[in-house]
Amino acid sequence: MRTTKAFLRQGLLASAMLLSASGFGAMAADFDPSATIRIGSLYEPQNLDNTAGAGQGINEAFNGNVYEALFQLTDAGTVEPRLVESFTTSDDGLTYTFKLKGGVKFHSGDPLTSADVKESIERVTAEASKSSRKKSLASIARIETPDDQTVVITLSSRSISLPYNLSYVWIVNDAAGDITGKEDGTGPYKLSEWRRGSALALDKFDGYWGTPPTNAEVVFSYFTDATALNNALLTNAVDVITSVQSPDSLAQFKDNPAFKVTDGASTTKEILAYNDRVAPFDNVKVRKALARAVDKAKLLNSIWGDYGTLIGSFVPPTDPWYEDLTKVDPYDVESAKALLAEAGFKDGFSFTLDTPDYDPHPIVAQFLQAEFAKVGVKMNINIITANEWYTKVYKQHDFQATLQEHVNHRDIVFYGNPDFYWGYNNPEVVKLIADSETVGSADEQTAKLKEANRLIAEDAASNWLYLYPQIVVSAADVSGYPVNGLNSQFYAYDIKKTP
Amino acid sequence: MASYIARRSLILVLSLFVAAIVLFALLRLLPGDPANALLGVGATPEQIAAARAQIGSDQPLTVQFARFVTSLARFDFGTSFVSKAPVLGEIANRMSVTAPLTLAGFFVAVIIAVPLGIVAAARADRWYGAAISVFSQFGIAIPVFWLGILLVALFAIRWRIFPSGGFPLKGWERPGEAAVALALPVLTVALVIAASLVRYVRASTLDVLSSDYLRTARALGARFPEALVRHGIRNGAVPVVSVLGIELATTLLGAVVVERVFALPGLGSMLLLAIQQRDYPNVQGVLFVSTLIVLLIGFAADILQRFIDPRLRTTGADR
Repeated sequence: MRTTKAFLRQGLLASAMLLSASGFGAMAADFDPSATIRIGSLYEPQNLDNTAGAGQGINEAFNGNVYEALFQLTDAGTVEPRLVESFTTSDDGLTYTFKLKGGVKFHSGDPLTSADVKESIERVTAEASKSSRKKSLASIARIETPDDQTVVITLSSRSISLPYNLSYVWIVNDAAGDITGKEDGTGPYKLSEWRRGSALALDKFDGYWGTPPTNAEVVFSYFTDATALNNALLTNAVDVITSVQSPDSLAQFKDNPAFKVTDGASTTKEILAYNDRVAPFDNVKVRKALARAVDKAKLLNSIWGDYGTLIGSFVPPTDPWYEDLTKVDPYDVESAKALLAEAGFKDGFSFTLDTPDYDPHPIVAQFLQAEFAKVGVKMNINIITANEWYTKVYKQHDFQATLQEHVNHRDIVFYGNPDFYWGYNNPEVVKLIADSETVGSADEQTAKLKEANRLIAEDAASNWLYLYPQIVVSAADVSGYPVNGLNSQFYAYDIKKTP
Repeated sequence: MASYIARRSLILVLSLFVAAIVLFALLRLLPGDPANALLGVGATPEQIAAARAQIGSDQPLTVQFARFVTSLARFDFGTSFVSKAPVLGEIANRMSVTAPLTLAGFFVAVIIAVPLGIVAAARADRWYGAAISVFSQFGIAIPVFWLGILLVALFAIRWRIFPSGGFPLKGWERPGEAAVALALPVLTVALVIAASLVRYVRASTLDVLSSDYLRTARALGARFPEALVRHGIRNGAVPVVSVLGIELATTLLGAVVVERVFALPGLGSMLLLAIQQRDYPNVQGVLFVSTLIVLLIGFAADILQRFIDPRLRTTGADR
C-alpha cells in the first residue's frame, strides 16, 4: 500500500505565513483584495456544462475557479490533490481509495460527500455525455461510497493516469440537476451573472474551504473578433487577454510600459501528418527526408515571429515525458535528397496535402510546398473545410498527407493506436504506450513514454513542425495569472491588481 | 383605406407563409442531419435514432412541415441544441441590443439626412450643395466595418471618449452604461444609412422643385422656403418613405457586421454563431423573427405612404 498525503497546499500556506511573519507582510498591501479582474477571451462557453458540448471556454472560465476536481492539473503541468485529502492504491493497482477533504461546501451550502463524487464521475462517463475525456475513464468498473468521506474506485485494468484523468472531472453537487444554465461547485468563485454572447461574472465565494482568492470578482468578457479584443485591452476595458492568436497585434503591447506580454508553453502542435499506410509515406526514409527538408525555424519565425518552440516530436515541454528531439532530423537539404535517392525517389515524387481552410494551415502549406520543391518533391495543396477534414481524413483515412493542429496535453498516446487517422503502426511503440498505463509508478510511466517518443521521432512518424506559443497580455498592474493555460484552464484566484 | 389595409394584411400573412416554406426547405437542404448536430462526434446509431425521434426528423416531411408551421404560429421555437436555452428568450435578450441599435441608428440617420438632402437639392448650384452630394457618394462607398474600425481608432483609442466595444453585463438595468456602449455603433449605423438616404432625399426634393405645383405656389406669392415646406415635403416624402422601409430592414440584417466590430451580443452575432454550430432551432428562430420584422416594416411603410398621399389610396396602387 502506498499513501499520498495532500500536503502541498498546506505547505504553501505555511510558507506564506512564514513569509509574512518574517517581514514580507508589506507584500499583502500591494494588491487590492476588492479588485475586479476583467479577463478578455475569444472562447465563449456555449453553455455551462462541460459534458454538454460547451466548448473550451467553459474550462477556461470554470476549471478550478467555479468547479474543483479531486485532483488539479497545475499550470506547470503537474497533478496535485485538490478535493482529496489522501488516497491509497491497492497492490494490484486496481483499487483506489480516496479520502475527501473535510469542511468543503458547495456554493448552495450543501456539504461535499462521496455521493457527489460518484455522481460527478458518472456524469462524465454517462451515455449522453459529450465529454472528450469519456474514453480515458473507460477503465472504471465500479464506484463505491462506504461512507460520506470515502470513495472507492475499482478499475478493470490498471491506470496510472487515473489521478490525471480525474482532474478533468468537475465535482458537482448531486442535487444540482441540469447545469447547462447554472452551477453548483466547490470552487473559490460562484457564478453571479451570465449574459450570453457577451460576458460571465464570477464572485468570490465566502464559504470557500481553501485559500481565498486575491481579488473579489472576475469578469470574463467574450469577443469574436481579435482586433476588438485587443482594443478592449488598449482602452482599459479588460485587464488581461487569455490567449493571443496572432503575433501581428503584439507590437502595440510589447514596447508599451503599460502592458506586459508573457510567453508560455502551450500544448498545441502544428503537424504535417502523413498517411503512414500508403506509399510513399510507408517508407521511413521518405518521411525522414521530408522532415529534414523543412527549415522549421524559418517557418515558425514567419508565422509567430520570435514566439513558439521547436520540439522535434509530438511531446510538449509541459508533458512529464518531454525530451528535446530537434536533433533527430535536423534541417539538411543535402541529406534529405540523399535519403530520397536511397528510398528510390531520386527524381522525387508528387503528393496532395489536404489543408484545412483556416489559419495557419494555408500559409504553412505554401511554405512546405516551396521547401519540398527544393528536394524535387511536388506537393499539391487541396484546401478543405474542418468538416471535410473530419469526414475524409479523420474517419475515412482517405488522404495522403494533411495538416492539423493537435491541442491536447499528454496526447502522445495517439501514436499507440494503429487505427488512428495517421495509421502509424510500430508494435514496439504500441506496446510501450499500452504498458505505460499499467505500470506501478509515475517514473516508470515517464520512462516508457520517453522511449516511445524517441522511437516515434526516429521513425519520423509525422512531421512535427512547431509548438504554438501561449501568449498572455495584461495591463502592467495585473499579475499572478497562469502563463501556460494548459487544457485551456485560466485559474483566476491568484490574480492580483495593484491599487 | 380600410379595404386597402385588409388586402395588405392578407398579403402580409401570405408572405409569412411563403417565408415559412422557404425557411423549412432551406433548413432541410443544408447538408447533414440535425440529429448529428445535437449529439456531436462519436454518437452511436441508437443515440442518433433516439435524437431523431426526439426532434421529429424521423417523421415524413408533411408531418414535419405541419409541426413546423404550428410551432412558428405559436412562437414556439424550442430550445437551442448547443446552449440548451429557450430560443425565444435568447432572441428577446439579443433584441435588447439590436433593436435600440437599429432604431437609434435609423433616427439619427434621418435627422442627419433629411436636412442635408433638402439643402443639397435646393442649393445644388452652391459649393456646399455639391459638397454634400460628394460626401454622400463617398459615404456609400465606405464599407460598414471599415467605418466602425475608423471610429473606434479615433473615438475609443485616440480620444478615449467612448468604449471600443462590448455591452454592460447588467444590460439596460444600467441605462447610462448601455447607452454609452451603443454610442459608437449607433453613429456607425447612422452614418452609413445617412449617406445613401441623402441621395434619395436630394433626388426627391429635386423632383418637387421642378414640379408645376411649386411653380404655381411661387407665382401665387409664396416665398421659396414656405412653398417648399408647405407643399414640397409631403410630396417629396412619399418615395423616401418606401426607401426608409427598405433601409430599416437592411440595417437590421446588416447589424451582423456592426455587432462583430463592436463585440455586441445582438441578434446578428447570435445568427452567425448558430449557423457555424448548426444550431438549427436558433437559426430557424432568428431567421423567422427577422423575416417577420422585415415584412412588418414593409407593411408599415406601405400604409404610411397611403396615409401621406391620398392619391395612392384612390388609384389603389398596390406597391
